[in-house]
Amino acid sequence: MKITSLEDLRKIKASATDQTSARSEGKTRIIIGLGTCGIAAGARAVMEAVLEELSKRGLKDVSVEGTGCIGMCQQEPLLDVIRPGEPRITYGRVTVQDVPRIVTEHLVNGRIVEDRLIGRAD
Amino acid sequence: MPTYRSHVLVCGGTGCIAGGSALVQARMKEELAKKGLDKEVLVVQTGCHGMCELGPILVVYPEGTFYTRVQPEDAAEIVEEHLYKGRVVERLLYRPSEKLESVKHYNELPFYAKQNRIALRNCGYINPDNIEEYIARDGYQAMGKVLLEMTPDDVISEIKKSGLRGRGGGGFPTGMKWEFCKKSVSDKKYTICNADEGDPGAFMDRSILEGDPHSVLEGMAIGAYAMGADEGYIYCRAEYPLAIKRLKAAIAQAESYGLLGRNIMGTNFSFELHIKEGAGAFVCGEETALMASIEGERGMPRPRPPFPANKGLWGKPSNINNVETWANVNPIILKGGDWYASMGTEKSKGTKVFALTGKVKNTGLVEVPMGITIREIIFDLGGGIIDDKKFKAAQIGGPSGGCLTEEHLDLPVSYESLTAAGAIMGSGGLVIMDEDTCMVDVAKFFLEFTQAESCGKCVPCREGTKQMLLTLQRITSGKGTMEDLDKLEELAVMVKESSLCGLGQTAPNPVLTTLRYFRDEYEAHIKDKKCPAKACSGLIQYLVSPDLCRKCGLCAKNCPVNCISGDRQTPYVIDQSRCIKCGTCLEVCPFKAIRKE
Repeated sequence: MKITSLEDLRKIKASATDQTSARSEGKTRIIIGLGTCGIAAGARAVMEAVLEELSKRGLKDVSVEGTGCIGMCQQEPLLDVIRPGEPRITYGRVTVQDVPRIVTEHLVNGRIVEDRLIGRAD
Repeated sequence: MPTYRSHVLVCGGTGCIAGGSALVQARMKEELAKKGLDKEVLVVQTGCHGMCELGPILVVYPEGTFYTRVQPEDAAEIVEEHLYKGRVVERLLYRPSEKLESVKHYNELPFYAKQNRIALRNCGYINPDNIEEYIARDGYQAMGKVLLEMTPDDVISEIKKSGLRGRGGGGFPTGMKWEFCKKSVSDKKYTICNADEGDPGAFMDRSILEGDPHSVLEGMAIGAYAMGADEGYIYCRAEYPLAIKRLKAAIAQAESYGLLGRNIMGTNFSFELHIKEGAGAFVCGEETALMASIEGERGMPRPRPPFPANKGLWGKPSNINNVETWANVNPIILKGGDWYASMGTEKSKGTKVFALTGKVKNTGLVEVPMGITIREIIFDLGGGIIDDKKFKAAQIGGPSGGCLTEEHLDLPVSYESLTAAGAIMGSGGLVIMDEDTCMVDVAKFFLEFTQAESCGKCVPCREGTKQMLLTLQRITSGKGTMEDLDKLEELAVMVKESSLCGLGQTAPNPVLTTLRYFRDEYEAHIKDKKCPAKACSGLIQYLVSPDLCRKCGLCAKNCPVNCISGDRQTPYVIDQSRCIKCGTCLEVCPFKAIRKE
């Protein structure tokens, strides 16, 4: 493809920025507990569901991170959401079915999904 | 296209590749596939991160976790622990010292805290072989802006406003240089990139070319537009095969996107770029010699004027800038000359890349604002001297530069301050020396280099550097006289003032600065026949201390010239007349019974 205008360049920039978005900072973060306890409780499936939901909705500026066991094993799979400038929200016993709800309600609309909420850290 | 939740950046700079990073990258991919994570995690090869001492470097995003000295066998653990279970692999993190905690994140490293990476903005962050990653980081935006919205005069005035000066060492204002070339009337003009980096210990240009080749291409295209050139050359030494490979790939990609070649971005501006591989003669970094070499002539300088801006390559007006200078053009156009000029000192604006080497803990590449002190570079970024020995001197500017001492540690770095101290900014080589370094030996080392690299065209450089070297050899072997010292100084001044090109004009700098700041060391070599740093083999002796010797015979067994005698009853003795001062006996003695005097 030949670039013949600034508009062409902008288009390539937009798609290339998505490709490299995992490397940029200041985004909404989803952190999933991937300790042995988390994985045993189904955290891998939750993570895959998160990735699928994000790509389905075209949400590019969200980083998905894994973390180790934080000690609340009975509540696994744990999923934290941190929106820029907002406190860290922890959800517990998250299932694959909960994922679309958390993404739509919390990430997109900014409303906390109360029935899965187990903690809030400022 | 799948969205990857995590990017693993493996350094593909020459330093890390030498450390085995290509295998690390391959093993990471294998292990990810084994775990079924290859659809979630992307492995990217990048350019140099600058912290070559700790290579191979591997950074995991989005967390920005910085792993050091990663070996192929560590791949499985990183995949299993970090990428699968989300646990940072502590043992591979950087730890500044035993007492301090390890550092997890890229941006928390003290090495990066004082840096301001403009020319190196993309190095270690993007895949240099993928033009789209460069575009994602504002690549070719400046060229687009220039071609579609700015006149050549606008471009030159922006560069002038920035205060950017030649980063190859000369420090000539870039905007003025461009203006001279623009004003030259001709049907044909050339822009040239000087990538003939040859100073011992310097590798900033190589790292930019390897890590972010497009930044140089874009800068050159912008310069060509401003000056009215339609053809350019990158003169890169053949000893940089990886840089040349990545440049070639970058040029091909830019051409396929219509960002180089004919009618760039649909305008009537065309720019064709060639790579010329140099054979590695140091003098070809001098602009007139460089152009002669491109023309297929022997690389020798010629007198100026006429300057290249009037009569350059093939007799046509030409402009030559160094790699680092070109790499600064894009941010200046996008963020404005005023932004660039807000950094640095009154006359030296912006940032400068230094290659930090020698007896310093964190060797590598740093980009710092002008005006920073040498102390900050060595002790804050560099982490201090290896084994916490005493700092003695810093050789700045390579073989053309000079040695600075402890009294200059708080000198703010700028073109003017360094010249006043007898050194030069040069291309940015910074070799740190500790108390074990003999300054006469250092002067001899650099002079051996420039003497061998002298092209031989003018007498002062050809004969002068040779005589200076012979004098230094006499002094370091204990045969020098005080008259030698006067003659050395006289010759140095003469070579500096009467040589044809920059090579000869700067070659005496290491001698002149060491004579100025370390004259006592020269005198010790001459009067006392002693090398205070115990580095000059002609002036030292290896001796066995009989009271410490346990008569084990290891020294005699390992001596390559069999000059050590003794047995179980008699302590060992070194025959000084046959000793070649190799130091093997001192290294092998388990009882520290051998000393150097």
